Amino acid sequence: MFILLGMPVVQIVIFGFALTNEVKNAHIAILDASKDAATASLITELNASRYFDVERYCTDYKQIDDEFKKGTIKLAVIFPAHFDEDLQHFNTAQVQLIADASDPNVANTLTSYASAIIIDFQNRITENKKLPYTINTQLRMLYNPQLKGAFNFVPGVMAMVLLLVCTMMTAITIVKEKEMGTMEIMLVSPMRPQIVVLAKAVPYLLLSIINIITILLLSVYVLDVPINGSVVLLMLESILFTLVSLSLGLLISAGVASQQAAMFISLIALFLPTIMLSGFMFPIENMPLPLRVVSHIVPARWYYTIVKSVMIKGLGIQAILKETLILAGMMLFFLTMAVKRFKIRLA
Amino acid sequence: MPAVTVEHIIKTYGKKKEVLALNDLSFDVAPGELFGIIGPDGAGKTSLFRILTTLLLADSGKATVDGFDVVQSYKEIRKRVGYMPGRFSLYTDLSVEENLNFFATIFNTSIKENYDLVKEIYVQIEPFKDRKAGKLSGGMKQKLALCCALIHRPSVLFLDEPTTGVDAVSRKEFWEMLKGLRQQGITILVSTPYMDEARLCDRVALIQNGAILSINTPAGVVDEFSYPLWAVQSPAMLPLLNELKALPFVKDAYPFGAYHHVVLNNAAAENQLHQWVQQFAVTNVQAKKITADIEDCFIALMKN
Repeated sequence: MFILLGMPVVQIVIFGFALTNEVKNAHIAILDASKDAATASLITELNASRYFDVERYCTDYKQIDDEFKKGTIKLAVIFPAHFDEDLQHFNTAQVQLIADASDPNVANTLTSYASAIIIDFQNRITENKKLPYTINTQLRMLYNPQLKGAFNFVPGVMAMVLLLVCTMMTAITIVKEKEMGTMEIMLVSPMRPQIVVLAKAVPYLLLSIINIITILLLSVYVLDVPINGSVVLLMLESILFTLVSLSLGLLISAGVASQQAAMFISLIALFLPTIMLSGFMFPIENMPLPLRVVSHIVPARWYYTIVKSVMIKGLGIQAILKETLILAGMMLFFLTMAVKRFKIRLA
Repeated sequence: MPAVTVEHIIKTYGKKKEVLALNDLSFDVAPGELFGIIGPDGAGKTSLFRILTTLLLADSGKATVDGFDVVQSYKEIRKRVGYMPGRFSLYTDLSVEENLNFFATIFNTSIKENYDLVKEIYVQIEPFKDRKAGKLSGGMKQKLALCCALIHRPSVLFLDEPTTGVDAVSRKEFWEMLKGLRQQGITILVSTPYMDEARLCDRVALIQNGAILSINTPAGVVDEFSYPLWAVQSPAMLPLLNELKALPFVKDAYPFGAYHHVVLNNAAAENQLHQWVQQFAVTNVQAKKITADIEDCFIALMKN
């Protein structure tokens, strides 16, 4: 009853305030090769806007590349040497924007914000001059030059499908055994209940592996999303995430008594958070603190980052070590809890 | 050593323990015995079976099966008992043969190894071995469930209302099978709400509201019934029952099939009843003396 009445309230609040596609306070890096009055004031303006926070000042491209790989920045602004001089002498200057386009929507939004600020700056300094200044903005979309949406949703869909198939199906099938009464006979047998439960999960692990392969084949050959990193690593990480989902399913099934309850919990407690809090639909950076904290316990959030890093950015295991360890920890936790909570008797 | 011992078992349900399912139950079952637990729905039969098969924990009291404690040594018990729940609990989407194979496997045995034990029962369902278990008739389902409960040659077999919802012929066949199994030395505990099945057991416990009314051989239970019992019949049964109940020398009267059974206070009352019936002879009231069966005993015990 609380759920029925409380759900709309929670959803309106979350959707209305917390989940927006608008990007605020995005971390950016600056590479300023000219270090003059013009670049200084432009940087101040970028930093002052509520859209950007300058996270790092870099001195070469290599550093920028590293920051992108670590995922600490979404956008880099690069001023070539002699920016102010060019502006004064030739009335024209160059600035380069590099965006992390593994999330094309965010990349688009950020580059248009940055361009607007730069044009604004250009107009202001032009005001009293006869010849207008022109600042040419060069865009570079990192990882996803064509800004394909598929680059974003393939990792998201993978997280969702695996979670749905593994968690919901395992939770339901075991509860079904309880409902049908077959668990009653199974319990009165030498089979350890843990074995019964784990055996139930095996077919879904196999199914999920087939699912992963299908999704990857489709995204590579139909959607033209390349797998830039190691396929083996991607498969291993996917299997790890599958195991997390399976153990979560086992945990749910150990606690509930009916198929409906299992379905309901899987949907409310897993599906919605996965869509809303994994970073797939809405950027996590812009959420209020409580939601950002909650997003840490959503396994899909970590998996989504892993798939993006390996598949789109082509990174290796070092870059996703933290995420991998977190997922492994979650799996162990869910599994121990599930086995602990599993009832060896009927009531 | 008894095959099953039950000592002062109490089981309650509900948050405040307000539902008393088993009230201080105690009994023993000897090895190789066919022991019947007879009682109406809600008497506590299933609760008792679930405690003995280690599926439920009793609130207090002790129980052992095959010498093992149902709480501490539940793993040992689970290896050596056969359990057939009251509800059909096999895999309905597996065929007859697959079900049997499956249960043989989880008990680390094979159909071949213990085929002699289930052969007599299995041959009856063998023509349907490729049929899905969910598509079998009620009697067939019970036979299959019995096969599955027996496939690992259990030392004690628990059958919870195996004949409920099964036609009369299949019920009879089922009891024939149980007799056959007893000859194999398997201790069998069977519960049933049908009083007429009680006489097929070696010993029976009559239970009502979680308490034992009587434990005895079927003949012994009947012998305990010490009042004269008559069956009375007339074309107008309902008024007759009311009149019978009003008679001073009648202890109890209740409908029983086509007759009313009348329990009399003592032997002297038999003459009085006879005279009373004579008065109504024109309206076709008939009466005859009968011997009590288990159901009469149960009703008498219940009302005490």
